Amino acid sequence: MALKQKDLLTIRALPAEEITLILDTAESMKEIASRDIKKVPALRGKTVINLFYEASTRTRTSFEIAGKWLSADVINISTPASSVAKGESLLDTGRTLQAMHPDVVVIRHAAAGAPQILAEAMSASVINAGDGAHEHPTQALLDLFTIRERFGRLSGLKAAIVGDIAHSRVARSNLHGMRKVGMEVRLCAPATLLPRHAEALGAAVTTKMEEAIRDVDIIMMLRIQQERMESGLLPSLREYSRLFGLTVERLKRAKEGVLIMHPGPMNRGVEIAPEVADGPYSIILDQVTNGVAVRMALLFLLTGGQPAAAA
Amino acid sequence: MREKTQILDGPGISRALTRIAHEVLERNKGTDGVVLVGLRSRGIELARRLSRNIKEIEGVEVPVGALDVTLYRDDLGKVGVQPVVRKTEIPFTVDQKKVVLVDDVLYTGRTIRAAMDSLMDLGRPRLIQLAVLVDRGHRELPVRADYVGKNVPTSQQEQVQVLLEEEDGVDRVVILEPEPSASARRAAEGQER
Repeated sequence: MALKQKDLLTIRALPAEEITLILDTAESMKEIASRDIKKVPALRGKTVINLFYEASTRTRTSFEIAGKWLSADVINISTPASSVAKGESLLDTGRTLQAMHPDVVVIRHAAAGAPQILAEAMSASVINAGDGAHEHPTQALLDLFTIRERFGRLSGLKAAIVGDIAHSRVARSNLHGMRKVGMEVRLCAPATLLPRHAEALGAAVTTKMEEAIRDVDIIMMLRIQQERMESGLLPSLREYSRLFGLTVERLKRAKEGVLIMHPGPMNRGVEIAPEVADGPYSIILDQVTNGVAVRMALLFLLTGGQPAAAA
Repeated sequence: MREKTQILDGPGISRALTRIAHEVLERNKGTDGVVLVGLRSRGIELARRLSRNIKEIEGVEVPVGALDVTLYRDDLGKVGVQPVVRKTEIPFTVDQKKVVLVDDVLYTGRTIRAAMDSLMDLGRPRLIQLAVLVDRGHRELPVRADYVGKNVPTSQQEQVQVLLEEEDGVDRVVILEPEPSASARRAAEGQER
């Protein structure tokens, strides 16, 4: 089996069967991490370029390890140190890279839609590693994988996503992904951080933390950024933390067996208490481990075989 | 493809596996350090059956592992559709072990080449032997089986299909041949008249 599109740009456009295929393949990939020799020759001779216009620890390292464990050649471009600093456009960067025949380009960019522009200009497979506030599909896939691994299933589970929903690509991708696999989603944020017409997204929306986390199987906390205070959307981080932070007290009122997730990096003490982040209900580090497996699965599925002919 | 002929029935498969179990014990002078590693789906079931046979003969449980060689194939990206990757589950070390690879059909030998590369990445076996239910010839690499259930000469157009109870509901091995083309059928009919 292969993925029908040559690129992975959004969860929104990804059929549910392909989500399942990616998660199933990731299960096989995960086993490689426990080997002594973490290398399989599947992508030998393939070239993967990480083109990151924004800072990243997890995503970039994850893609680099994923490529290397599959024996691919991985190149990391951090744009501040590249010709982009001299003013080279996205399209020119894409054409320049294409002239060196990469097989996959992984791009993180501040502008929504940038990966699509690149995908149309390049014959390499393009993976969206986060475009502005739009989508972060590989994050959603690794989140779904982690949930499925813990609960043994996805359909019928309830998840609450709490944080700066309006500016969160993680929230958007997860929302699309969770709905496609039959999960129920609740979004929670102060009104200033909720997108307008949030209900149209297909999730229950609330501004009350207690309401959000009642009876859910998963609580996903998102990072609150300093910038939101500076643009007047939040009075103070302290107030946000008091009303929306996941504290040990609040956690007590959640369902038995609830699991806590966070895409990272965390602001300990702001959106999540350190005791919760490091506690027994947290699967935050599992998310990171699974990120490598899921990205390996994606690289494998995107570079193998021929994509189905365009309809 | 249609069935040309059956080459092994249930009892035939069972006798072959009994004989192979004895041969493995004879060649390796017992079970010491011996492990069985089955390839993809049907090789795994055959390895389990061999382990059970060995248990009946010597009273010792020989460990069984499952190997998926998809990531080591030499035709990734060249076949039209990416093969599905299954899990490799070998819950023991292969270091210093006498590994008997088990597969259903030996044909070009490329799968076994991939299996050996994969095993080497998992450790350093003391030796590797190969047991197959059917050897259909047409090797493209210098690979040979140590233990063979049945040698079956075939043509390149044919396929050998192994069906096992656990996966397919029945135990049998058949040779499949391509459906005759319309003109060939007409010619055959003309001959009959």
